[in-house]
Amino acid sequence: MILFNSLYNEIIKIALKPRSYLGLAAITVLVCVIQFALKADGMSIISFVTSSFEQTLSFEGNVLNGNLVAFIILQMLLVQIPLLVALVTGDLVSGEAAMGTIRMLATKPISRIQLLLSKFIAGGIYTLVVILWMGVMSVVVGKLLFGTGDMMVLNSDGLVILQEADVNWRYLGGFAVAFLALFTVSSLSICLSCFTDNSIGPIVATMSIILLFTIIGTLDVRVFDPIKPYLFTTHMAAWRSFFEDPLPLSAIWRSIAVLVAHNVVLISVSLYTFHHKDIQS
Amino acid sequence: MPEKIISVRHLSKKFGSFQAIHDVSFSVYKGDVFGFLGPNGAGKSTSIRCLNSLIKPDSGTIEIFGESITTHRESILGRVGSIIEKPDFYKYLSAYRNLEIFSRISGKPSSKQEIYKMLDFVGLGGREKDKFAGFSHGMKQRLGIAQTLLHNPDLIILDEPTTGLDPQGIIDIRNLILRLKNEQNKTVLLSSHNLAEIELICNRMVIINKGRSMVEGKVSELMNGENLILRLEASPLSQTKNVLLSWKPNLLWENVGDTALQFPIEKSEIPLLTKFLVDQKIEIYSLEAKRTLEDYFIKIINQ
Repeated sequence: MILFNSLYNEIIKIALKPRSYLGLAAITVLVCVIQFALKADGMSIISFVTSSFEQTLSFEGNVLNGNLVAFIILQMLLVQIPLLVALVTGDLVSGEAAMGTIRMLATKPISRIQLLLSKFIAGGIYTLVVILWMGVMSVVVGKLLFGTGDMMVLNSDGLVILQEADVNWRYLGGFAVAFLALFTVSSLSICLSCFTDNSIGPIVATMSIILLFTIIGTLDVRVFDPIKPYLFTTHMAAWRSFFEDPLPLSAIWRSIAVLVAHNVVLISVSLYTFHHKDIQS
Repeated sequence: MPEKIISVRHLSKKFGSFQAIHDVSFSVYKGDVFGFLGPNGAGKSTSIRCLNSLIKPDSGTIEIFGESITTHRESILGRVGSIIEKPDFYKYLSAYRNLEIFSRISGKPSSKQEIYKMLDFVGLGGREKDKFAGFSHGMKQRLGIAQTLLHNPDLIILDEPTTGLDPQGIIDIRNLILRLKNEQNKTVLLSSHNLAEIELICNRMVIINKGRSMVEGKVSELMNGENLILRLEASPLSQTKNVLLSWKPNLLWENVGDTALQFPIEKSEIPLLTKFLVDQKIEIYSLEAKRTLEDYFIKIINQ
């Protein structure tokens, strides 16, 4: 019961903190800017991409539809969203330590494990809200503005055409995996937050780690090859696998396993650290 | 003997190479207003953080309500209300919302009416919806007290609750503590470096210095040892001074206004001096022998 009370507290705190709305506002603005740009000049961009296929294929109907627009938006923005998530979740423990409220909370009859778990769950709920908002803005608003139709995806293997009726479940799966990836970012930032009383440190550290792992993942250097499959950043774009045909199920499950494993380790380390920590703030 | 509420035995804690507290022991009994006295950096806050399980001691035991804080943390903390160092709340939330948040995890969640009543009790009635960020220091302290009392705890731990308050605020907090003891029979542990505060409201105390507990006992007993300060109001004063010099030629006194003197004296000398003054036809209006806490405190921390 006290875990639910604490979770309710955490949700209230996130909901009433002005910073929490920065991410949602940023998503709204960014998506609107991209949608405006695509509306204004999207066909020329599409023509540039499809020109290499036009000798062998002819494109009919609404190519620049809501399904494609949403895919373009997600590809552009899912790299920036971790920062917006970390802005809130990286503050959940260390921000309270900096404010002194963690001291007040820790004198209450709630175990530290429950207190931290409620923060992880609240961080997850916030991440889910961010992802859902991203979905509403890119997919729902995209379809309203650009209409719907078959989806054309250009990936490393070539051009994939997905039937209109075959798209929605792919978005659902894609968003679910994207949520798991962002929840890993949330877990990482909360974990780092347990080691410091500085509010900004965990946010900067989380972004630095994502940047470092992304660079390692993209560097074509053999020495990094053994670790690349285990970096969570390698699997942050796993949502794109849902837009391949046929669906690379084993790759998707591998990504899910790596992300879940990261979460288990990060949450365990956080719980151990927070449980044994001397609260001196 | 009343029920023992807090029993601390041989508590020690090191931060790196710094020994914050070493072998601290004391006991607090039901209904005590227990003074936890020591200079800045003596280890008061570290000890209090150990009591609230914010810090895990390296060695020693803490029992509250007869149970170990290590094994019965949640059940004990449900009966304790604390302010440690200063009340810190969420700046972006209102007074009401802040209390609601802490109440929800206190083990005894309070209703809206109870929260409003408590805010009224500490003098914050009408400010329920005001943001904590806009509160003065005194209002923050009052909100801290409200948070401490909201779940009706049996033990109240207040760490420097009057620091930074104006004189009226200090009097209000002192009266509140005395009301909690007298009307509700609460046990209060009051940490302070304000000697007058301890002297005025505590019945028992411990003095800690350099991380060690130096002395523990009833305030009245500790302040009435053999070496006392005697405040003598007598007339005529000039003649009184001569009589005092004839009684003890090397006596040093201090004038207290125009009608009184104060000087050190041994407890056993008081009846002899009184008789001597009467024999010398000195009119005695008042005699007050006491050991001041300040003198006692300085003596203890210089040991």
